[in-house]
Amino acid sequence: MYNAKYIWPGIVIFIVLFSMPFWMNTGQEQYTRPQLALPAGEKECVEPAEWMRANHMQLLNTWRDMALREEQRVYVSSSGKQWEVSLQNTCMKCHSNYVEFCDKCHVSNSVSPYCWDCHVLPKGNQ
Amino acid sequence: MFISLVAVIVLGAIAWMGGATPGLQYLFGIVLPMIAVVVFLAGFIWRIMDWAKSPVPFSIPTTGGQQRSLDWIKPARLDSPYTKTGTVGRMLLEVLLFRSLFRNTKAELRNGPRLVYWSSKWLWLFALLFHYCFLVVFIRHFRFFLDPVPVAIGMMETVDGIMQIGVPRLFMSGVILFGALLFLLMRRLCDQKLRYISLPNDYFPLLLLIGLVGSGLCLRYIGKADIATIKEMTMGIATLSPHIPALPISPLFYVHLGFLSTLLIVFPFSKLMHMGGIFLSPTRNLPNNTRAVHHTNPWNPPKTYRTYAEYENDFRDLMDEAGLPLEITPEQAAAKE
Ligand code: HEC
Ligand code: HEC
Ligand code: HEC
Repeated sequence: MYNAKYIWPGIVIFIVLFSMPFWMNTGQEQYTRPQLALPAGEKECVEPAEWMRANHMQLLNTWRDMALREEQRVYVSSSGKQWEVSLQNTCMKCHSNYVEFCDKCHVSNSVSPYCWDCHVLPKGNQ
Repeated sequence: MFISLVAVIVLGAIAWMGGATPGLQYLFGIVLPMIAVVVFLAGFIWRIMDWAKSPVPFSIPTTGGQQRSLDWIKPARLDSPYTKTGTVGRMLLEVLLFRSLFRNTKAELRNGPRLVYWSSKWLWLFALLFHYCFLVVFIRHFRFFLDPVPVAIGMMETVDGIMQIGVPRLFMSGVILFGALLFLLMRRLCDQKLRYISLPNDYFPLLLLIGLVGSGLCLRYIGKADIATIKEMTMGIATLSPHIPALPISPLFYVHLGFLSTLLIVFPFSKLMHMGGIFLSPTRNLPNNTRAVHHTNPWNPPKTYRTYAEYENDFRDLMDEAGLPLEITPEQAAAKE
């Protein structure tokens, strides 16, 4: 092999960079899905939980447009139930434990919604 | 073009079916990606080793400027590097800024038989956008493989989504990446000369990347996948304790993963290997100093020399007899012994 003194460091750098997820995680506990504090006393969300998990941010976007652009403050869910269109008065009333619910899942997936620059975070950790 | 397009569509369809069939999810979601990573790493190293073993018989740097010569002639230090520093500088500019693409020119017939050359920077611009956005997107994906997610990635996301368009926030890099890929494809399709020289192995990586990026954008902005569950799966792979999560994942994610696995497997054996190859290009990584330093061809057999002194030693007496002039006469030689 020619130029071994350049090739070897190059290969080592390449391997170290591209196998990063594998060695950065060694020695850590097994990753588990964040355990969320679901609202006590409630059984169902605005929409089915499976759909909410993937689409809640888009629902919030729709809600925002509904409330502010179309002046429509009632949302009829797929099951026919009516909900008040409001981030604070609907979502956060049930999911009042922001830190243990929304935030826990977001932090683990590196999501940081900027909504709380303006909207009031529920303080209660009941 | 059409062969590649069909190949990519078929791959996507297979991956979709794999993702939608519970029995095949382990194969497509875990076995295939793990094999792909191994093939990628091993294939990459193999290619590099192969290149590193090939001798460079001649010093063949391509030059774009005045070679160093007399003191009063100004040399082009970067375009015709003479020293190691110059060569390293040239390599860095090439790898980080694609300097040689910047010099791209285009020839065109204008007003009948007039051939005009003009500087065409579009390829350079979109190639640069593509590569850097790809890097950003690649690094951002580490949020799926690391826990806790490093602060740097969060900062990157903040900057990338600083426009605060829509929910989930629009990351500029992804959209630019997709646009740049489309440009690179259209460039091949619309320019007749380029189209003529384009082969399936030019189109396939492009279309595969378009599929990969397109499915990724869909997963984030349109089809919406359950990211928390996907992270469960990717972390399983990263910690080498793979499992398919209990909650369902959209088949589109398996398409994304299938394209990625294909990319990783194809990478070392395709033109995409220019990622490693650029560092081993003799036209770039050699200094242009052929008039000052002898470049030894490594495959030349070692030379055996026979000096005149040795020759005279062997034939001294015969030469003396024939009356030929000698450097050391037989008498002097005898006296020495
Ligand atoms: C009536 C109370 C209530 C309201 C209002 C409500 N939720 Fe829920 N939410 C729940 C319950 C209960 C669950 C758990 C459902 C289950 O697991 O089947 C849930 C589940 C979820 C989940 C899935 C969590 C997981 O991974 O299991 C998300 C995300 C979510 N809600 C977001 C929202 C958002 C965003 C809003 C406002 C648009 C909202 N919720 C409004 C009660 C509510
Ligand atoms: C610049 C400040 C600001 C930011 C940032 C912001 N909002 Fe709002 N939002 C408002 C204001 C002001 C209203 C109007 C309240 C009203 O008229 O009821 C509102 C209303 C809403 C409403 C409907 C009415 C209600 O009571 O909830 C929703 C839903 C909403 N925002 C969601 C979001 C989401 C989701 C985000 C984050 C992606 C967000 N907002 C970020 C200022 C903001
Ligand atoms: C099951 C985990 C989970 C829970 C619980 C959850 N989220 Fe999310 N949320 C996500 C993920 C993942 C994203 C990022 C989506 C993406 O990248 O496509 C997200 C994105 C968002 C965004 C858009 C952020 C942006 O700017 O891109 C908002 C707003 C949001 N969530 C609000 C909420 C609120 C409010 C709650 C609590 C009621 C909540 N989420 C609970 C997982 C969750």
